[in-house]
Amino acid sequence: METEKKRSLTGNKAMSEAIRSEMERDENVFVLGEDIGEYGGIFGSTEGLIKQFGPERIMDTPISETGFIGAAIGAASEGMRPIAELMFVDFFGVTMDQIYNHMAKIPYMSGGNVKLPMVLMTAVGGGYNDAAQHSQTLYATFAHLPGMKVVAPTTPYDLKGMMISAIRDDNPVVFMFHKTLQGLGWMDQLDTSIGQVPEETYSVPLGKAKVIKEGTDVTIVGLQMTTHFGMHAVKELEENGINAELIDLRSIVPLDKETILRSVKKTGRLLIVDEDYKSFGISAEIAAIVAEEGLYDLEAPIKRLAIPDVPIPYSRPLEQYILPNAEKIVQAATELANE
Amino acid sequence: MTISRKELSWMYETMYKSRYYEDEMEKTYTEGKTPVFNIGSGTVPGEMHLSTGQEPAAIGISVHLRKDDIVASPHRPHHHAIAKGVDLKRMTAEIFGKKTGLSKGKGGHMHLFDPAVHFSCSGIVGAGLPQAAGAALAAKKKNKDSVAVAYIGEGAANTGSFHESLNLASLWNLPYIVVVENNSYGISVPKSASTSVASNDLRASAYGDNVKGYYVKDNDPIAMYHASKEAVERARKGEGPSIIEIETYRFLGHFQGDAEGYRPEGEVEELREKDPIPLFRDLLMKDHSFKEDELVSLEEKAKGEVDEAYAFARESDYPDLEEALDNVFI
Ligand SMILES: Cc1ncc(C[n+]2csc(CCOP(=O)(O)OP(=O)(O)O)c2C)c(N)n1
Ligand SMILES: [Mg+2]
Repeated sequence: METEKKRSLTGNKAMSEAIRSEMERDENVFVLGEDIGEYGGIFGSTEGLIKQFGPERIMDTPISETGFIGAAIGAASEGMRPIAELMFVDFFGVTMDQIYNHMAKIPYMSGGNVKLPMVLMTAVGGGYNDAAQHSQTLYATFAHLPGMKVVAPTTPYDLKGMMISAIRDDNPVVFMFHKTLQGLGWMDQLDTSIGQVPEETYSVPLGKAKVIKEGTDVTIVGLQMTTHFGMHAVKELEENGINAELIDLRSIVPLDKETILRSVKKTGRLLIVDEDYKSFGISAEIAAIVAEEGLYDLEAPIKRLAIPDVPIPYSRPLEQYILPNAEKIVQAATELANE
Repeated sequence: MTISRKELSWMYETMYKSRYYEDEMEKTYTEGKTPVFNIGSGTVPGEMHLSTGQEPAAIGISVHLRKDDIVASPHRPHHHAIAKGVDLKRMTAEIFGKKTGLSKGKGGHMHLFDPAVHFSCSGIVGAGLPQAAGAALAAKKKNKDSVAVAYIGEGAANTGSFHESLNLASLWNLPYIVVVENNSYGISVPKSASTSVASNDLRASAYGDNVKGYYVKDNDPIAMYHASKEAVERARKGEGPSIIEIETYRFLGHFQGDAEGYRPEGEVEELREKDPIPLFRDLLMKDHSFKEDELVSLEEKAKGEVDEAYAFARESDYPDLEEALDNVFI
């Protein structure tokens, strides 16, 4: 019993387990995408599912993103609950019309009369030298456009629980998973990419951030890899006598601004860390919300760490230079705490 | 139609060079990685798609291309680049992420740009197709007789770009040639599961009378030579676009580190037995009176050039960190 509770899974296995349990529960759920069958998804999100459900429900597609994402929309409008995988978020360009002009707008344009209960799952993130066309997070690109829920869980526990919520949601949900947090054998092995996941079905609500560590001196907001780096940074900050609070965003749309504002009220200092481009992004949005609704709680100007508005360079030192990491968080948070 | 000795020797040397280059890259790629395929580490990090076994596709058409002809390549670009005459040292330095690279380390293996020989590539499947058509349009507008070649895998023939670019190219009668390298797989998805027609040359008829389809079987460089010769001549003369599908072999995984669980056992061994390079070598000796020492000297020359390129890449420095911030705008 005890061992069962303590069962650990990698991020990718937590995701595939969530899909499996929903497919067992609801025959309308099916998955389509490139290399999701025999291969199990390039980042393992559908590992093992083809064996159980066969190619009728785990459908490998041609490299035709407009075709199969459009098809997912059509199937959803007729009462199915498709999960379409866009292999890398960077490939959104070839199919953005289906995603944005249709998936995101049809429920609204139909006056709420057409439901699109579908999940668009997609891999995000860099740090492993996959260069400009395969390393973006693009959190804000999707979040900017109304009509899609956009979530980005960090831990295996949340990957499972939020995937289950996403599948059950009657709205289109863009489910972004971070490649490096999938716990794959051919990537860096991170402590955050493996974690306790209950075997039973459970859900984690969309739209709720999570306070990973409580603190009083400075609020650090991250998501996915920047939460991971944040977890390491807060330990080091603690050793240096700075008691930081770390918030894992988990959802971008809807954004849990209450949790952020509550924390800022307590600490008076805010550092937002984002693996997306700096300008017009999550860090700007959160800073704006805090300026609008929590300005008088601030004791120092807000700080942001994000990609300095350049495409992701290939060369390892260059990529490391532009990406946030624990050390940069420690430095920025220390400056902020001393301001 | 006979092939000149000069052409044959260029084809052999270039195929050999390309193969030797990929063999070196295959070794280099695992250098400094733990676990062995940890993608974000080592001498050459990132994804790595090698062209080992697919050389005839690039060599058979490039023998007809000039420096001012345009090539758009996809994620598996090394053989195309080598055949097009991309600066080998700077290309290798780019793949190593060094400051002496074609793009000062900012592009990487899937994003090689050498405007001096009109070469570009993209990691987005299908993206090069309309761009090559547009480059062909530019040639036409400038009254030049250069042609544009877009290489794609058979998987990419199912993108919207394939359809849109060929329709445009036919309407505008562009000097545009699509080379489809059919290596039977798009990552793990076999062609039978991705493609509604037996081969993509058959799709030519859907785009108009000025579009011609060619099918080259058995990964045959000589057949590729002949099909391409006609396609390039047609394009230069303004007779219209072509689609050439070549049956080729992917000896390695989709990328280095691919576990290839989807591949039937023994398939690679069977393909390796039909390795186009030793077959071509035998043919040159048997039917074209090439001598052993002549071929060896071509091989040595090719190796020397590749070795020099790798040495150059290794010895080069990484870019200054500030380099990351430059070139967003010109
Ligand atoms: C638009 C887009 N979709 C998906 C991918 C991921 N991807 C990269 S290569 C590849 C398979 C390509 O197959 P094929 O065109 O046959 O070329 P091959 O790899 O066999 O040379 C896929 C699906 C991508 N890079 N771009
Ligand atoms: Mg292929």
